[in-house]
Amino acid sequence: MDKIISYKDVIDQLSDGMTIGVGGWGARRKPMSLIREICQSDIKDLTVVSYGGPDVGLLCAHKKVKKLIFGFVSLDMIPLESHFRQARQKNEIEVMELDEGMVQWGLRAAAMNLPFLPTRVGLGTDVLTHNSELEYVTSPYSDAEKLVAMPALKLDVALIHVNKSDEKGNTQIIGPDPFFDELFARAASKTFVSSEEVVSTQDLGGKDGAIFNRFERSLVTGVLHAPCGAHPTSCAPNYGFDIKHLKEYSEAAKSFDEYSTKYLNRTHQDYLDAVGGSDAILKIPLPQF
Amino acid sequence: MSESITLSEICISASSKAWEGEGEILATGIGLIPRIAAGLAKLTHNPDLMMTDGETYLISQPAPMGKRDISHDLVEGYMSYSRVFENLWGGKRHAMVTPTQIDSFGQTNISAIGDYNSPKVQLLGVRGFPGNFINHKNSIFIPNHSVKTFVSSAVDMVSGMGYQNKDLSNGKFEIKLVVTNLGVFDFNGKDDSFQLLSLHPGVSVDEVIENTGFDVIINSDKATPMPTDKELACIREILDPQGIRNSIFGE
Repeated sequence: MDKIISYKDVIDQLSDGMTIGVGGWGARRKPMSLIREICQSDIKDLTVVSYGGPDVGLLCAHKKVKKLIFGFVSLDMIPLESHFRQARQKNEIEVMELDEGMVQWGLRAAAMNLPFLPTRVGLGTDVLTHNSELEYVTSPYSDAEKLVAMPALKLDVALIHVNKSDEKGNTQIIGPDPFFDELFARAASKTFVSSEEVVSTQDLGGKDGAIFNRFERSLVTGVLHAPCGAHPTSCAPNYGFDIKHLKEYSEAAKSFDEYSTKYLNRTHQDYLDAVGGSDAILKIPLPQF
Repeated sequence: MSESITLSEICISASSKAWEGEGEILATGIGLIPRIAAGLAKLTHNPDLMMTDGETYLISQPAPMGKRDISHDLVEGYMSYSRVFENLWGGKRHAMVTPTQIDSFGQTNISAIGDYNSPKVQLLGVRGFPGNFINHKNSIFIPNHSVKTFVSSAVDMVSGMGYQNKDLSNGKFEIKLVVTNLGVFDFNGKDDSFQLLSLHPGVSVDEVIENTGFDVIINSDKATPMPTDKELACIREILDPQGIRNSIFGE
């Protein structure tokens, strides 16, 4: 089985109005080469589910987002995401703003093929005020507690960036935190994975490597070879986030054309050359908190 | 201690008391002062606290501020984001956070300022506030005590719940301490009202009242205790040897 595909193959399988989940967290291990590819396509009116970083910002800057389902959007070292802020402040996107754990719960419900999962989270807050579609459920047990019924967040497509994969879609996330990528894959009808390295099954590291296999290959629809594909976000242990580039990206909210001309609307390889080359990216140290 | 004691050191010492008597829980201090304060709590009165390296691992000693040699971190456990969520839903955590707005009920906002549909200022989003405040105790650090932060009506987007809804939290909701640049407060006044516990040096009761958009119960105007020599040594020599804390109040 060979699941190796091209950027065009991925875009061909996307369509207007889809719900797309993006793995990673803030400025960490985002499938940015895939996001840039969507930005330069005709696809529009997306519902995006994300622990948001520059993936959300870039999609907002390209007017690809109809609705954002999120708990936060942040660039880590730069706390506020300027492109997302601009879209919100100009009322350009619909939002379903949730607690981070509610996002996890929604993905988990979808992953488990359940209509909802109960939680106390959200009670007593404006998360419920602003999301009138959220309903309550009463515990059928003697406590009869009234809880939030967090609905399943079903995804048409999940986009995930990993450290390693074979051509069958046996992926490995080697960075210490796999975030919630497994749930994004389980909640989605199709999952496209971009990978730093594509290796043979023999080179996945056997039992020791298998610990890093966070979800099984039957969930993976296609694998894209994308070295440095998370740039400017980090991809531990391969490289840290490119703070200099993130600053430039962040400031580009004022005049996006300049940033776009300099870096976007080109192949992934040309992007890498434009931002300084993969050798330089691979030397960016991991962040320290 | 020959150097004079700074406001940031007074705030760190006061904030560290948030974790007093809290036992073996995860201490999360978000931001400079809360993080140093959590470390101080662990080094002084609560050695059982669990703390992360700021990312994915639990380490035995608090991570000092600034660049450090992480090969010296003694890793004792694992705390991915998924594990943090599991931990906080179980309530075994106490976080100290800095909301952009707080109101008389203790409701907090880090999401957006102004009209929700087209905010005047979009902030981070509610992040984990709804889950944190309904599942475990929290404390708050505010570096700029003013009517813009302590707002007169409800916060613009309730991210963390408040005392009027405490019955929804299965007994878990509590804002234990609020430490600001003016003094130390809690919500243990009559009917969960906001009350002054102590004033920092040079701060008057009038200044507190003027800078708070809602009523403050004044039962005391005692002075915030100064950090002890041991606390100062921990802050200056171990937790923040580079003096990054000085940036908070421009000291």
